[in-house]
Amino acid sequence: MSKAPIDPLPRPANVSRRGFVGGLSAGILGAVATEAAGAETLADVPDRGPGAILSAHSERSRFAKIDRIPEAGPGKRNIDPGDTINSKTPHQKLVGNLTPTDLHYERSHSGVPDIDPAQHRLLIHGMVQKPLVFSVDDLKRMPSISRVVFIECTGNGWENWKKADPELTVQNTHGLVSTNEWTGVPLKFLIDLVSKDKSSSWMLAEGGDGAGVDRSIPLTDEIVNEAFVAYGQNGEPLRPAHGFPMRLVMPGFEGNLNIKWLRRLKFGNQPWMTRWETARYTQLLADGKARQFQLRMETNSVITQPSGMMQIQPGYNRISGLAWSGHGKIAKVEISTDGAKTWTQAQLSQPVLSKAQVRFQMDWVWDGKPTRIVSRSTDDKGNVQPDRQSFIAAMGTNALFHYNAQQTWSIDEAGRVRNVLA
Amino acid sequence: MCWHNKQLIAAVLGFGVLASPALAFDFGRPATPDEIKLWDIDVGPDGKGLPDGAGTVAQGKQVFSDNCAACHGDNGQGGIKDRLVGGQGTLASGMPVKTVGSFWPYATTLFDYIHRAMPYPTPGSLSTDDTYAVTAYILSLNGIVPADAKLDKASLPKIRMPNRDGFVPEAEFDPARLARKK
Repeated sequence: MSKAPIDPLPRPANVSRRGFVGGLSAGILGAVATEAAGAETLADVPDRGPGAILSAHSERSRFAKIDRIPEAGPGKRNIDPGDTINSKTPHQKLVGNLTPTDLHYERSHSGVPDIDPAQHRLLIHGMVQKPLVFSVDDLKRMPSISRVVFIECTGNGWENWKKADPELTVQNTHGLVSTNEWTGVPLKFLIDLVSKDKSSSWMLAEGGDGAGVDRSIPLTDEIVNEAFVAYGQNGEPLRPAHGFPMRLVMPGFEGNLNIKWLRRLKFGNQPWMTRWETARYTQLLADGKARQFQLRMETNSVITQPSGMMQIQPGYNRISGLAWSGHGKIAKVEISTDGAKTWTQAQLSQPVLSKAQVRFQMDWVWDGKPTRIVSRSTDDKGNVQPDRQSFIAAMGTNALFHYNAQQTWSIDEAGRVRNVLA
Repeated sequence: MCWHNKQLIAAVLGFGVLASPALAFDFGRPATPDEIKLWDIDVGPDGKGLPDGAGTVAQGKQVFSDNCAACHGDNGQGGIKDRLVGGQGTLASGMPVKTVGSFWPYATTLFDYIHRAMPYPTPGSLSTDDTYAVTAYILSLNGIVPADAKLDKASLPKIRMPNRDGFVPEAEFDPARLARKK
């Protein structure tokens, strides 16, 4: 990280320039190339002049270097692109509550299909009176809703089950969760169109990817009322990586249930026991038994600023991060800067939405002594994000999925921020 | 959910309930039985959905060698992709080995997954007989069926997998509980 003698932003009174710039250099400015000389005085700011030709599609500034990181699994980085199984959101370089569309995390099980929407169909059948086939245009003609929700891979956090690699960034540890606005048709509306049999209590959702990823979905009142088939993402058609031309959105539930490239919904009265809900997304406990249908994503939070592999300076530092819960709204986030001994409530960035990520932040003056910082969230149903020790006591270290223990970052005397277990 | 979302959903659902019978014709078209058959590939744990056909362990050995061994190893011991064989007795250890033999609770899932998703470059390319055969071969490698076994839609669902009782359903979504509720 550059420590060029620059002063690009106004700073609060009583904070030395060195401390302020040092703290920032690890964060938002870290997303921007600062190799070039800065502007010591206003005279150093380049002259104005005509800029580039206006375009049909705007790109990020060449100074803003923000990318996802493709990985092949826990601890498998810097890989052959062909081995990629997921691509993680760079939370350490983002601000606000929403994730940019192109940086929304991706987990796909058989690549990204190239689907012509004119040839895509959604079949809804099984225990229904009227099995129907819908085109993308059919869906777009129906009454729609838009909702901001997080989607989280069940493997988010899977790096830290057994040990903490000190070289990890928050992108490595928590890059499998993102928040977008999705637009589409309520599942309830489609259920009415096909006249679902009342005794049907499960639904199979299947994708049009090579793996034909399919999951059994329990038709609880919550799911029937909140699930929807989306064709819009942040105001535009879904990106192919996220299910173009249509996907299921299941607010608060495992990412894998939000079936991408959706092409079939089948109603039945028992789960199908697909590979994904038996062999894959089940959580192996210490006694050798596995938790099954642990479908809801838990109460969670992580400090993104400062976070793993950053370096801070003594003095003013602003702590910021993201919190979310599959149970509902985040009620509060507390931060400890003394290794979980004392806690202070952080500010939440409005709006705080149910089953969406919310940014939290807090002022902090670092005294330059080694310490540990950690956040914990509480949702409006009273669920509290567990500390690592009690979490591991309940889940063991073999579960692989549904990791939501508090994330601790250690800070040494040089200000180096590193991933630790607690 | 924020206030206006609730209003919207209420409006949408009200519209659906009141107007969907009249408008059903406008949204989508009826699915014909023949085209449903093309896509209706899912197999349940009770064997529902399994197609006609049959395959033996001996046939499956050849199918595996031709289509699977490059990724899963010559005898399913694992390669660039998942290990399929062994691991029984390791689930409660510090280094659990999750395979078809040690972890998968239903043999029907193995047929369904191979049928829909394998081989990776050309999913769905195996014939029904070859799918039964390679399912039988993988189960025989795990000592679950004998070396002379032949599987079809009647025999496959009857196989009891070693880890059949190894799963604890989450109370909120326990299939038994949801079935009682309905």
